[in-house]
Amino acid sequence: MKTVVLLYSLVFSGLTVFFIQQKSLEQSLEDGAEIYQDFCVQCHLDQGQGVANAFPPLAKSDFLKNQLELSLKGVKYGMRGPIEVNGKNYDGVMVAQGLDDQEVADVMNYVLSNWGNQLERPITAAQVADIQN
Amino acid sequence: MNKHIILVCTFLGSTALSCAQENTPKIETPENPNYTHEVVVEGIDIPWGMDFISSDDLLVTEKSGTIYRVRNRQKETVSGLPEAYVRGQGGLLDVALHPDFDNNQTIYFTISMTLTGDEGGNTALYSAVLNDLSLSEVSLLYKAEPNTKKGQHWGSRIVFDKEGHLYFSVGDRGNRDVNPQDLQRDGGKVYRLNLDGSIPADNPFVDTEGAKTAIYSYGHRNPQGIAIHPETGAIWETEHGPRGGDEINIIRPGINYGWPKITYGINYSGTTITDDKSLPGMEQPLYYWIPSIGPSGTAFSSSDRYDGWKGNLFVGSLAFEYLERLVIENNQVVKREKLLPGIGRVRNVEEGPDGYLYVGVEGKGVLKIVPKE
Repeated sequence: MKTVVLLYSLVFSGLTVFFIQQKSLEQSLEDGAEIYQDFCVQCHLDQGQGVANAFPPLAKSDFLKNQLELSLKGVKYGMRGPIEVNGKNYDGVMVAQGLDDQEVADVMNYVLSNWGNQLERPITAAQVADIQN
Repeated sequence: MNKHIILVCTFLGSTALSCAQENTPKIETPENPNYTHEVVVEGIDIPWGMDFISSDDLLVTEKSGTIYRVRNRQKETVSGLPEAYVRGQGGLLDVALHPDFDNNQTIYFTISMTLTGDEGGNTALYSAVLNDLSLSEVSLLYKAEPNTKKGQHWGSRIVFDKEGHLYFSVGDRGNRDVNPQDLQRDGGKVYRLNLDGSIPADNPFVDTEGAKTAIYSYGHRNPQGIAIHPETGAIWETEHGPRGGDEINIIRPGINYGWPKITYGINYSGTTITDDKSLPGMEQPLYYWIPSIGPSGTAFSSSDRYDGWKGNLFVGSLAFEYLERLVIENNQVVKREKLLPGIGRVRNVEEGPDGYLYVGVEGKGVLKIVPKE
């Protein structure tokens, strides 16, 4: 009987962890790196350096730091029009890439954890899901 | 001496790498351009493909999944299109009128689709009949397999020869080590079909066991430009390389263009893909760009509208946001010129029936290049 209870509680707690716990940050960063190489690197380049006058840098980006919500919205739904990043003006279009909420969180965690940016609090899929166009 | 060269490179603000490797001929920017441009249609984020019913009546695709009919510079939405699987570089891609469109109102388009099978998508070719602003008889002619959630490298352009064949391209779908060199798999290929979608009996791999018989050439990375040479009828293709190594190729049946076994490019991270730039049985490009310009859309000028441009090749640059004019003599690029500098990401270029060049620019729409008086 004791064994059954123990087994039951083990399975139950295992399932609870499975359903409630978010993806680990480590896994999110790993997935985010792959998404970055697939969807972002063509324009923003390998070290997030961007292209002068065309594609804003993601490295040491004051825009990512000060406009996190807008940045997430941009990755989720696309963005257009003039923005200023690290003292330089950009006026382009980034279309939505078709990423789901978890993928947006993953790639943003990756970007914010690299190239002189700061990830203050890991982005979650739930957080991205709340962002409306 | 070497020290001096490096010093000069650093002084000019370029990296030693790009300085050392930049391919010739060096691009020139005319000081007093002999052309200007007009806006044909505005408000299209990614004008991927276009084709002309007449000079004042054209179809333009928006990558997110809309075909616009633009008449006298006003755009209206064409209905009846299947819903695209929009992810990464995928979505609604090229559109082309059937060579006998005047009699059958048939169009072709390439589009990223899931249809059946795994999650994700791959490039599909459809035909449909255009009735003013709606499509009917929408027919699937080819669907590349398998589906994948990768966002990269769908191609695609559609062109026709004069012998009743249609050619279209599909990129390697982000699976470079598996797809482009395998004739039993889609991806990294240029395909040839009859206009009804059937496989031509003289396609190069019809007798190759297990091969996808629609394949016409292989070993491509991401062909996003194809144009028929106005005099020779040859199929000229441009494709995206990795970092460096964007290519111009003349497409011939059964030829292996080498990706990823040979390339002049390297990974975005700077690491090596392969040390081989040539191997037996693999075709060299007619030209390669270092650094990468991000070539999308290709057209020849065959008219006398522009002074000195007849026979030149025009290629859109996504990365550096201009239209490139290439002068070619005896299949050698002898001059490169930057047109419309800073215009935006140039997605497509086509010659209209009026002989003018029309340019699809991201975030803008379609522009027409007009010579200055």
